[in-house]
Amino acid sequence: MATLSVTEDCEQLRKAFAGWGTNEGLIISILAHRNAAQIKSIRQTYAQTYGEDLLKDLNKELSNDFERVVLLWTLDPAERDAFLANEATKRLTSSNQVLVEIACTRTSQQLLLAKQAYHARFKRSLEEDVAYHTSGDFRKLLVPLVGTYRYEGEEVNMTLAKSEAKILHEKISEKAYNHEDVIRILATRSKAQINATLNHYKNEFGNDINKDLKTDPKDEFLAILRATVKCLTRPEKYFEKVLRLAINKRGTDEGALTRVVTTRAEIDMKIIKEEYHKRNSVTLDHAIGKDTTGDYEKMLLALIGHGDA
Amino acid sequence: MSSSDALAKSFSVSHSGIFGVDEKSMLEILVKWQPEHLSTFRNETSSIFLKDERFPFEKCEEILLKFLKREFKRFKDAVVQWTMHPWERDARMARKALKRGSQAYGLLIELACTRSSDELLGARRAYQSLYSESIEEDVACRVEGIQRQFLVALVSSYRYEGSRKNDVAIESDAQKLNKAIRNGDKTMLIKDEEIVRILTTRSKPHLEEVFKCYYDDFDKDIAEDLGEESGLKDTIYCLCAPPVYFSKILDSAMKANANENEKEALSRVIVTRANVDIKDIAEEYNKQYGTPLTKKIEDVALGNYKDFLVTLVKRAG
Repeated sequence: MATLSVTEDCEQLRKAFAGWGTNEGLIISILAHRNAAQIKSIRQTYAQTYGEDLLKDLNKELSNDFERVVLLWTLDPAERDAFLANEATKRLTSSNQVLVEIACTRTSQQLLLAKQAYHARFKRSLEEDVAYHTSGDFRKLLVPLVGTYRYEGEEVNMTLAKSEAKILHEKISEKAYNHEDVIRILATRSKAQINATLNHYKNEFGNDINKDLKTDPKDEFLAILRATVKCLTRPEKYFEKVLRLAINKRGTDEGALTRVVTTRAEIDMKIIKEEYHKRNSVTLDHAIGKDTTGDYEKMLLALIGHGDA
Repeated sequence: MSSSDALAKSFSVSHSGIFGVDEKSMLEILVKWQPEHLSTFRNETSSIFLKDERFPFEKCEEILLKFLKREFKRFKDAVVQWTMHPWERDARMARKALKRGSQAYGLLIELACTRSSDELLGARRAYQSLYSESIEEDVACRVEGIQRQFLVALVSSYRYEGSRKNDVAIESDAQKLNKAIRNGDKTMLIKDEEIVRILTTRSKPHLEEVFKCYYDDFDKDIAEDLGEESGLKDTIYCLCAPPVYFSKILDSAMKANANENEKEALSRVIVTRANVDIKDIAEEYNKQYGTPLTKKIEDVALGNYKDFLVTLVKRAG
């Protein structure tokens, strides 16, 4: 669907809600093929023309997985992150990973916009909610992770990389995983610097840091630390794994499939699909096709094809 | 003050507590002196000119050279600070504080808590631009000791600025503060999880309500209860009553035996608050110390530096 007329899109969407039931196919064919800026225009025009919020109408008309994927997709990326983060603060510990994902895979600017959207929508700051809903080691790690405004330059200080790799190795060997310095390094250093540090870690000490952080597979804090490292250094591999576990229904990350597809569709879905194919020998399209049905499936497939459209 | 008094003051190393130099008297009096006058002056001011042991001349003590350099520089520094973008000004201030060490951490508290969320964000951006690092990584790396996590959290804060109130959270936070204070060792309060959470993440309007609630529930002043250890008391004032904090800093700067770090605060406070709340600060100063702020400045400062500061204070109305 190549229609660029925002008014036309609004009319079509309005039509999709009319009468009994909803024409989900029409909704998919429009929304799945618009980018964030276009959706923003559509929402504005829809509100001006019909005096109603498109999101509210979608909420009324759709159900379950399909509803969620459409809703998430229709939100502005910053609002989407704010919404997901807020949800995560209210849920149990398995949602800590969502917070790590948002804090560590977004750029500094994207994370900042998410925090601004959070203020606007929830009338509180993301930091205060994360702090309030976590405790102990998790709070010690997650609050700095969401609070940081990382430097994004490519400069690397090799001397620092060496010394901080040494510190990390020391603390990990002592099983002091929650040590101030471990958290400090992961939460404040630039991604380029962390990459250099972890490369040095591997060169000097033999293992990937995540291998050394796997000593207790049941330890949730270690799992979060590993997720932090992965999100900061190899986000596409992180997302591939999340998708793989979600599609095979392993793990407890509900809504992971919807979340990853809607948040990465416009960012790095192409690379994630390549990673997925490499690791699983089938395409992501194929795997989603086998695992989901109906309009939900159609929407997801349309979104992951988004970059190619 | 007569010109000759002003001139004497400009050279009076022994009177600490003087700010700037009196350029006017130097132009009216000093420049007209003949060699004999200058010689008399040097001979009379034995505190800063020493008769050389071997040869017939009066040597300048190092202390005078340092003193004059600093006092001449004061006006220039104030002008540069004033002209600079506030973000850059704050970023440089933070950098200097980090280099100076623990006695200067109060500056980090001042910066993180008296600026608006967007001003602090701006300072963080300027910091990255100037130093190719984030302020939080620098604070985390350089600050050792128990204040570290608190200070990192403070400089990373991006507080909500609306006025929406949550009465349940207000009450809950007040209770948690009380619990932490009653059960904790006063010197370690800055490491308490709940104290850190509440002070570093809550919005300022929310905190004002929490402190009020604390007072109503427990009949105690939160600032007093937290104590001056580790800068917690200052944090409270910076967050909710900056004029009180700033007028205290001004008083320290202008007292008789202030050291250079304390004296520096005079420029800093006037310049950084001139467009914010200098009027409130001046009122508070007058209330606390019984003298109008401009009068005190005129008593201790000289020349262009004095005029510059007084103008900044007066223009706020």
